[in-house]
Amino acid sequence: MSSRDRILGRIRRAVADGGPDPAVPRDYLRVHGVRTPAETADLLAAHLAEYRARVHRADGDGIAPLLARLLAERGARTVLVPSGLPPRWLAATAVTRVEDRPGANPYELDAVDSVVTGCALAIAETGTIVLDGGPGQGRRRITLIPDHHVCVVRVPEQVVDSVPQALPLLDPRRPLTWISGPSATSDIELDRVEGVHGPRTLEVILLSGPAE
Amino acid sequence: MSGTFMGMPAFPDAAREAVRDPVLRANLRHATHTIRDKRARAVAELADWERLRAAGKAVKDHALRHLDRHLVQLEEAVTAAGGTVHWAADADEANRIVTGLVLATGHREVVKVKSMATQEIGLNEALEAAGIAAYETDLAELIVQLGHDRPSHILVPAIHRNRAEIRDVFTAEMGRWGRPAPEGLGDDPRELAEAARLHLREKFLRAKVGISGANFMVAETGTMVVFESEGNGRMCLTLPETLISVVGIEKVVPTFRDLEIFLQTLPRSSTAERMNPYTTMWTGLGPSRGADGDGPSAFHLVLLDNGRTDTLADEVGRQALRCIRCSACLNVCPVYERAGGHAYGSVYPGPIGAVLSPQLRGTGSAIDASLPYASTLCGACYEVCPVAIDIPEILVHLRERVAQGGPVTLGGVRVRIRPARGHTAERAAMRAARLLLDRPGALRAGERLLARARRLRPRRLPGPGRAWTDGRELPQLPAESFRTWWARERGERA
Amino acid sequence: MRAALFVTCVNDALYPRTGIAVVRLLERLGVGVDFPAAQSCCGQPQYNTGYRRESEPLLRRTAEAFAGYPYVVTPSGSCAAMVRTHYPRIGRLAEREGRGPGLAALAEELVPRVFELTEFLVDVLGVTDVGAYFPHTVTYHPSCHGLRGLGLGERPQRLLRAVKGLDLVELPDAGECCGFGGTFAVKNPDVSVAMGTDKTGNAVGTGADVLCGADNSCLAHLDGILRRRGEAVRTLHLAEILASTEEEPLT
Repeated sequence: MSSRDRILGRIRRAVADGGPDPAVPRDYLRVHGVRTPAETADLLAAHLAEYRARVHRADGDGIAPLLARLLAERGARTVLVPSGLPPRWLAATAVTRVEDRPGANPYELDAVDSVVTGCALAIAETGTIVLDGGPGQGRRRITLIPDHHVCVVRVPEQVVDSVPQALPLLDPRRPLTWISGPSATSDIELDRVEGVHGPRTLEVILLSGPAE
Repeated sequence: MSGTFMGMPAFPDAAREAVRDPVLRANLRHATHTIRDKRARAVAELADWERLRAAGKAVKDHALRHLDRHLVQLEEAVTAAGGTVHWAADADEANRIVTGLVLATGHREVVKVKSMATQEIGLNEALEAAGIAAYETDLAELIVQLGHDRPSHILVPAIHRNRAEIRDVFTAEMGRWGRPAPEGLGDDPRELAEAARLHLREKFLRAKVGISGANFMVAETGTMVVFESEGNGRMCLTLPETLISVVGIEKVVPTFRDLEIFLQTLPRSSTAERMNPYTTMWTGLGPSRGADGDGPSAFHLVLLDNGRTDTLADEVGRQALRCIRCSACLNVCPVYERAGGHAYGSVYPGPIGAVLSPQLRGTGSAIDASLPYASTLCGACYEVCPVAIDIPEILVHLRERVAQGGPVTLGGVRVRIRPARGHTAERAAMRAARLLLDRPGALRAGERLLARARRLRPRRLPGPGRAWTDGRELPQLPAESFRTWWARERGERA
Repeated sequence: MRAALFVTCVNDALYPRTGIAVVRLLERLGVGVDFPAAQSCCGQPQYNTGYRRESEPLLRRTAEAFAGYPYVVTPSGSCAAMVRTHYPRIGRLAEREGRGPGLAALAEELVPRVFELTEFLVDVLGVTDVGAYFPHTVTYHPSCHGLRGLGLGERPQRLLRAVKGLDLVELPDAGECCGFGGTFAVKNPDVSVAMGTDKTGNAVGTGADVLCGADNSCLAHLDGILRRRGEAVRTLHLAEILASTEEEPLT
């Protein structure tokens, strides 16, 4: 008998007595509070900042100069650019662009200073941005190995209030990365310290107005 | 106290050492109290907490009730997405499967994300025996591995170490495993985290094989979910060519939507955050079947039983399989706070460990037979559990199994076990007490004897009574019992 | 109104003064008190230690002793919780396992009539000021079975705050277990005493003269530690404070 059959057989015998089989009560809240889109964006900003992400705001005209300034302040010489990132966003910076290539090895990525991406959506109540590898987001490793990640969230269309609102908008077949602040640890005395293996600096730009 | 009357040792003996270690006591107190208050605040933010808790409980109960169906569905979905599913009935089989998969890659080094399941089966030791070096990458696991130590907490395995001790471990040991700790390393947590970042980075960048567990597996989609904070999880899950995930069969949830509950309750219960910094969800090899260079090109899922189906067969104990390993129960437990995690003799310490270990491993050993008694039944664990596991109820149920024996499933076979060793005298005493208490005449006589003994006020009792008087005075005996007073005052025969 | 006193075995044998205080208190509030002599122990020590079957005769005895009383009042949150939380399960399982016919029905019938003392005072009698007088600084330890098992909430503190002359000071980490835990106290004596030492340390730190509780088992453990350490704080059951009046003060 295969272990598969053995385990499945044990399970069937184990639950033969019936056991609890409740309908799942879905009476929990879909959203915690009533907010205008502007209030939702403010909450996102506040919660991101609370977990030590740096939050900026820009409109269609301001995004390029803002990104140029953030990269300059960082002293970045190179920036990773995923395919599908609106070219206009990086129009004002002369920092060397590095393409997100399938064959790039981790050592090459480790030598890059910054990465700029978009996102699939952001969740205000938890201060979370979610990446799904779609246009302008790139492969998962590009937002992992460089130490400086700038993520652009289009406001209000990419922002939802809550986790229950977010899931139906995501495709589980795609690789999903949920990011809530820069990397952190609670492993020393159960106290939170920011900055371990993932990017130690996370900057989020809330971009209003037309995307392109 | 002698181990014979109350039928113990094991946990009490190990706990005695911990209670007498002032540094350990201070470390545990500081850490558990820090997180306790933060958790309470994080939970208080959600007005629907109790409803989320009830929903989480129901999702897991439903998943377990139809576990066979959900696992088969999961297997189909993972396979369809380019992954390979393996089934392991016990620890040995899981270790054989994983070791074989690693050897087949031709590589002799793996990076690991913190995983309770791989600790439970002793995977690192099995890999080492096969000539494979396994590097733990979670900061606390790294501290434990470098310090040749044992984990003592589910979420923070090095909770028993304070910052100064961690600095010493890093300074002494990092050089032997790879990049040494920076010269003059201090004990600021930021510096320590930086040292870990530098030490592990070279391992992440060259890693070809990653090994993980998973917090959840979604049956309908085949999606695996790993919650983490540091980014070591993302490193291990996305950089290597081969990813092997060893996951207990109870981690399955039926639908993707079910995650909306646990994404709210798990981070708040474990690290007391609204959301942990990173959560990775992946389904097999992704839409391109690994061809797009995003993530591993081979994914293996090892489904682990190792006592879980036996636990599932017990109608009271099976609720422990709802556990999502948040460790909130450890953090509020006053016994854990004083005894420390090592006293539980298992990778699963604290209240949840006290109900899981004796079920996964059976109650045959001295430690497993003592674990159900490692609690005052104060109920703080049940109160904070985000999937409402009634830990005190299971503890009492397992005490009964230990003290009286009874039906139990072992290796898929229903058997009747005998009481654990060392409970004979206790059983006799409990029976004698009951006989006395069930006969008011005898009870009254007993109380009169007690009243006559009131002038003898020993500071220390001999034998089993020492367990009381070693740390406490005896209560002062009254001149007469209540029922004697009542009879005297009210003229009624009582 | 009449009520039956379920004094509990620990109070009967070791703390008769608590039982006497409940009688005086209830009678002062106009409640006639009966003491059904057939009562004994609720069976919790047996049940919680893993000897469920040994608790079955005690369940039957308790249910039969208090048959017919609309109010069964007990000065122990722990014993009240035993009845309310565990009796139905014990009865159900006994019947399923072919023992104790009628035990489940006896349990179900008893449960709604059993009240912990502060529940009876606040919920049934509707009083918080019981006319007591106790001119001392008091801190209160809410035992686990009262706090989490019965959900007594603030009832004991409300009663204490209404006592004339009494200064109630908050006990730090009040909700944490004292470490008694029934047979835990002797099966795991080191952890038990460590917990109790922290609890009594917190009580001493408040500067209170009296550490008050509503479960004498927990207080026996805490009192034993306080006296071993030579502390001046004394332990008292809530009922004794509530029974104390200006005319008949507690000495």
